[in-house]
Amino acid sequence: MRRTLPQLSNWLLVLPLFLFSAGIFVAPIALMLLRSVQDPELAAAFPRTAAELARWDGQDLPRPEAMSTFITELRGVRGTDRISFAANRLNADISGFRSMLLRTARMLPQADGGDAAETLRRIDARWGERSTWTAMRRASGPVTDYFLLAALDLQRDDDGAVAAVPAERAVFVGVFLRTLWVSILVTGFCLLLGYPLAYLLASLPARYANPLLVLVLIPFWTSVLVRTTAWIVLLQRDGLVNGLLRRIGLIEQPLTLIYNRTGVLIAMVHVLLPLMILPLYSVMKGIGRAPMLAAMSLGARPFEAFLRVYLPQSRAGIGAGCLLVFISALGYYVTPELIGGGGDQMISYFIAFYTNRTTNWGLAGALSLILLLATGLLYIAYARLSRATGPAR
Amino acid sequence: MTGFLPKRAMGLLALGVSLIAGSASARDLTVVAWGGSSQAAQREVYYRPFTEQTRVPLLEDSWSGGLGILRTRVQAGNPTWDVVQVESDELQLGCDEGLYERIDWAALGGRDAFMPEAVSDCGVGAVVWSVGLTYDGSRLRDAPASWADFWNTQRFPGQRTLRRGPKYTLEIALMSDGVPQSEVYRVLRTPAGVDRAFRRLDQLRPNIVWWTAGAQPGQLLASGEVVMAAAYTSRMFAARRDDRRDFRVVWNGSVYAVDHWVVLRGSQNRDNAMRFVQFATRPENQSRFPTLAMQGVTNLRAARQVDPAVATSLPTHPDNLAVAVSLDVEFWVDNIEELTQRFNAWAAR
Repeated sequence: MRRTLPQLSNWLLVLPLFLFSAGIFVAPIALMLLRSVQDPELAAAFPRTAAELARWDGQDLPRPEAMSTFITELRGVRGTDRISFAANRLNADISGFRSMLLRTARMLPQADGGDAAETLRRIDARWGERSTWTAMRRASGPVTDYFLLAALDLQRDDDGAVAAVPAERAVFVGVFLRTLWVSILVTGFCLLLGYPLAYLLASLPARYANPLLVLVLIPFWTSVLVRTTAWIVLLQRDGLVNGLLRRIGLIEQPLTLIYNRTGVLIAMVHVLLPLMILPLYSVMKGIGRAPMLAAMSLGARPFEAFLRVYLPQSRAGIGAGCLLVFISALGYYVTPELIGGGGDQMISYFIAFYTNRTTNWGLAGALSLILLLATGLLYIAYARLSRATGPAR
Repeated sequence: MTGFLPKRAMGLLALGVSLIAGSASARDLTVVAWGGSSQAAQREVYYRPFTEQTRVPLLEDSWSGGLGILRTRVQAGNPTWDVVQVESDELQLGCDEGLYERIDWAALGGRDAFMPEAVSDCGVGAVVWSVGLTYDGSRLRDAPASWADFWNTQRFPGQRTLRRGPKYTLEIALMSDGVPQSEVYRVLRTPAGVDRAFRRLDQLRPNIVWWTAGAQPGQLLASGEVVMAAAYTSRMFAARRDDRRDFRVVWNGSVYAVDHWVVLRGSQNRDNAMRFVQFATRPENQSRFPTLAMQGVTNLRAARQVDPAVATSLPTHPDNLAVAVSLDVEFWVDNIEELTQRFNAWAAR
């Protein structure tokens, strides 16, 4: 009992943090990701129709009994939130389904009578089309691959086979690749700019290095939004950068530095640069000057000494810095939104769009899941790679 | 107690929980609008006078729309916002989902006291705003008169700015292509009409700068970066008044819409929230709003009492309404996802 007490109190000390991160971080993310495979809305509004559609072979139209079941259930959910949720889900698959479903619910005759299929068709001709009913069958749940496929520009056709979405709607694969590419470029530029600076900081005496370090830290502590907005002021057509370049005669016409990829890269590199410099600096601080001096005293030229002695020793810093910058860049949203043009939006823009704007949380979850998986895979590849080449220390 | 948690820890936990719960129970009435000059005007004519007259303290917040934000707040229970200014699509969708309290129209003077677009079960029209063709009169000697001129890069060389997104942009593209105002949504509801709008955007693509925040078109016009803008008319008139800009608005083909006051379901300040909505839609209060915000109002008596000097600059003026398009909420609720995807695929090509 005595021996377990300290352990217990250790656990108790960690418990608040554990509960906090489980409640605030892990659980919401897990729930969000789960949404990418759940499909409960249609079955919640029309449980018996969903069961009927699951039995339907997908050829021609569902049998008349299924249609009259649907009419009965549609009458039952009129004016509730359930029909609205089901309508949103169907509208994500076929644009216009929402208003069609709600209008049909409003216009249904009070009493049953005659042919159910005919009743529906008279309200809207699309009820006579197979694709309307296959879309409903796809949404009848409880689990679905619809959102994951949609996040990869794929869909199931009326026969249930996976096919590409029409070219003019295919957007996500391109956006994922763009997100990766922009992140790689930003990481590369950060390393190019950050490495020499970190080296300078690490080799200067403290009375020069510390003020310079503060100059790195002040932007680091400043809000991303503020720094991004500052770049708008600097980069615009009549902004400071163009003014300066014109005054010193480098250009005659102002350069287009904003609302395009150039602007996004400039601003993102600036915003993320401290994340590269700080880990590099801390690793370089530990290396010191001695190894370089030793190498040169053994006859290596400075560049050779750097390449064969210093660079390998700083690899841990390069790895950590690149990883931090790259993974942060993958999730970037504000900077491309404000400084980018039409073709510069990254995947977080769409996750935010489907979460906040249109409440298509299934698709938002699917896009997040793919982003998370891609990030995880890249991290594992990095960990493997750095283990295979051996520790630098 | 020999369980996992010692007694004292349990006590502390209970205290913590009650503190959190306690701090959440007394919250001032919170009103949420869209920031900028419009919210500044609301502060002047609605927020401050309301607190002065009723002694009800009022907190304000701003947002930039999104049904998802409202849904999460309401679903979590005990929302920290009470009154929110929402766009028509958020009104429609949120009302169907049961996110808002029902409006007691009798207390507001009846449904007939308001313009038809402002009346619904869940919300009361708050402001009427519009997007129209604008230009800087001090830079353009030759005045454009329509969206067709917006596309005419021979007569008006230079860049133009449009909102980055399909909403308004596709309507504008069709009108520039000769589709009359009354036909815009009929054409846009057909696949061929959507193709036509994107083809029209293709023609202007090299000359387009996209804006995302409502303040940008004014800045782009002022700096000379663009010669014409599809912009919120209210901001243009505010810049005319406050910054002495010679911004001009072409009402022909402008697109207008109504924003609404809603009260979030489960609001613990429900009664005061409704009192605020009543206060902010009374004719004597609403009639002071357009002078400051350069946006229209919804109470018919208020609209008649607006300062005549301002009235012609409002989307609600009969001459302006006659040549404008009313934003089709149902169309955009149905198509916003597909057309946003398509717009982004198009923009990235």
